[in-house]
Amino acid sequence: MNALNLAAEVPENPLIPPIPELVIGLIAFFIVFGFLAKKLLPNINKVLDERRAQIEGRIEDAEATQAEAQQVLADYRAQLADARHEAARLRQEAQEQGATLIAEMRAEGQRQREEIIAAGHAQIAADRKAAAQSLRQDVGKLATDLAGKLVGESLEDHARQSRTIDRFLDELEAKAESDATKAEAGR
Amino acid sequence: MSAETMLAFETDCHIFSGCGFDAPGLHNFVFEPLFTIGGFEFNKPMLLALLSTVVVVWFFWAAFGRAKVVPGKLQMIGEAGYDFVRRGLVYDALGKKEGDKYVPFMVSLFFFVWIMNLWSIIPVAQFPVTGIIAFPAGLAALVYILWVFLTFKKHGFVGAFKNFTGYDKSLGWVLPLLMVIELLSNLIIRPFTHAVRLFANMFAGHLLIVMFTVASWYLLNGIGFAYAGASFLMTILMTAFELFIQAIQAYIFVLLACNYVQGALAEHH
Repeated sequence: MNALNLAAEVPENPLIPPIPELVIGLIAFFIVFGFLAKKLLPNINKVLDERRAQIEGRIEDAEATQAEAQQVLADYRAQLADARHEAARLRQEAQEQGATLIAEMRAEGQRQREEIIAAGHAQIAADRKAAAQSLRQDVGKLATDLAGKLVGESLEDHARQSRTIDRFLDELEAKAESDATKAEAGR
Repeated sequence: MSAETMLAFETDCHIFSGCGFDAPGLHNFVFEPLFTIGGFEFNKPMLLALLSTVVVVWFFWAAFGRAKVVPGKLQMIGEAGYDFVRRGLVYDALGKKEGDKYVPFMVSLFFFVWIMNLWSIIPVAQFPVTGIIAFPAGLAALVYILWVFLTFKKHGFVGAFKNFTGYDKSLGWVLPLLMVIELLSNLIIRPFTHAVRLFANMFAGHLLIVMFTVASWYLLNGIGFAYAGASFLMTILMTAFELFIQAIQAYIFVLLACNYVQGALAEHH
C-alpha cells in the first residue's frame, strides 16, 4: 500500500471540519480581505472615480465647445446677412448716384452749350459793332469828301466837320436801329 | 517530495495482471503532513490555501497597487473582475447605496474561493482546497455571522426573531409549524447547505478527475488500452468541466452570501 493511501485508517467523516484547516482557511481569507479592503480596492475606487470625473469633464468641455461653435455659426450667419443687406444698399446708392451724376453732367453740358452760344452771340455783336465803327469812319470820310466836292469848299474846320458828321451818323444810326427793331419784331 | 509520494495510487498495478483496482475515495482527501511544528500538522491543502492568498493578493497588488486613470492590461483585467463581482453580484442584490459597504468582503470571497477551487486542475497542486469541508465551512460561518449580526442590528431582537421565523399573522394556525420550520431552515440548515454546496461540488469533481486518471493508468494493459483511451478522454473533458464548475460554484457561494445580507437588510422578510 502507498504511503498516502490511508484507507487502512478509519476515514474521518468528511463533513466534520478539522480545526487546524478551519483556522488556516480563515487566516488565509482575512489576509486577502485585509489587503483588498484596506489598500487595493480603495485604490481602484479612487481611480475609477477620477476616471468618471474626467470623462464627465470631457463631455462638459465638448458640450461647451459645441455651444460655442453654434454661437459662432449663428454670428457668422447674422454677419453674412448684414453684409448682403449692406451690399444691396451700396448697389442701390451707387445706382442713384450714377443717375444723379448723369443728370448733372447733362445739365452741365446744356449750360456750357448755352454759354458757347451766348459767347458766339456776343462775339458777333462785338464784331458787328467794330464793323459799324469802322464803317462810320469810312462813311464819314466819304460823306465829307463828297460834301466838300458838292459844296465847293473844303470843310477845314474840324469842329464843324465833326459836328456835321456826328449829326449825320446819328440820323443814320437811328434809322438803322429802327430798321433792326422792325426786323426783330418781324422775326 | 518524491514522485512516489506525489501519486495517490500504485504505479505498477494494471488490469489483467491479477491486481485489483484501487478505487479513489475518501482517502484521497486525507494528506500526510508536509511538516509538523509543535503538534501542528501543516498539510498540502493548507499550503494551497495560503498560496491562494498569495495569488489573489499578488494579482490585485499588481493590478491595483499603482492604479492609473488610463489602465494597463493587468489593471483592465482586474477592473473587469472587480466590476463583475461589484455590479453583477453586490449591486444587483443590495443596490449601490447599501451594497458599497460589502463590496470588499464579497470581492475577497469570490476570488479567494475561486482560486482555491482552481487548484484542482493546476498541475502538481491538483487538489481543490474547498474539497476539505473546513475551508468552505469557515467562510460560510463568516457569512452566517455577518447575516445574523446585520439582522439583529437592523430589526432589533423581536424584529430579528420575526425575520428568522418568517412571522406572518395572516397564516393563522399554520404559523407555529411554519415558524419552527423557518427557524430551523434559516439558522441551522442554511449555513450548512451554504458550505456543503461548495464543498460537495468540489469534492465530487475532484473524485471524478482522480477516478478517470487512475483508471486510465490502471487500464493500460492488452485490450484495456482502448478503455484507457476513453478514460483519458473523460479525464480531459472532466478537467474542462471542472474549470467551468469552479467558477460557477465560487459565483453561487458569493451570490448566496449577497442574498443573505440582502435578506437581513430588507424591511419585510
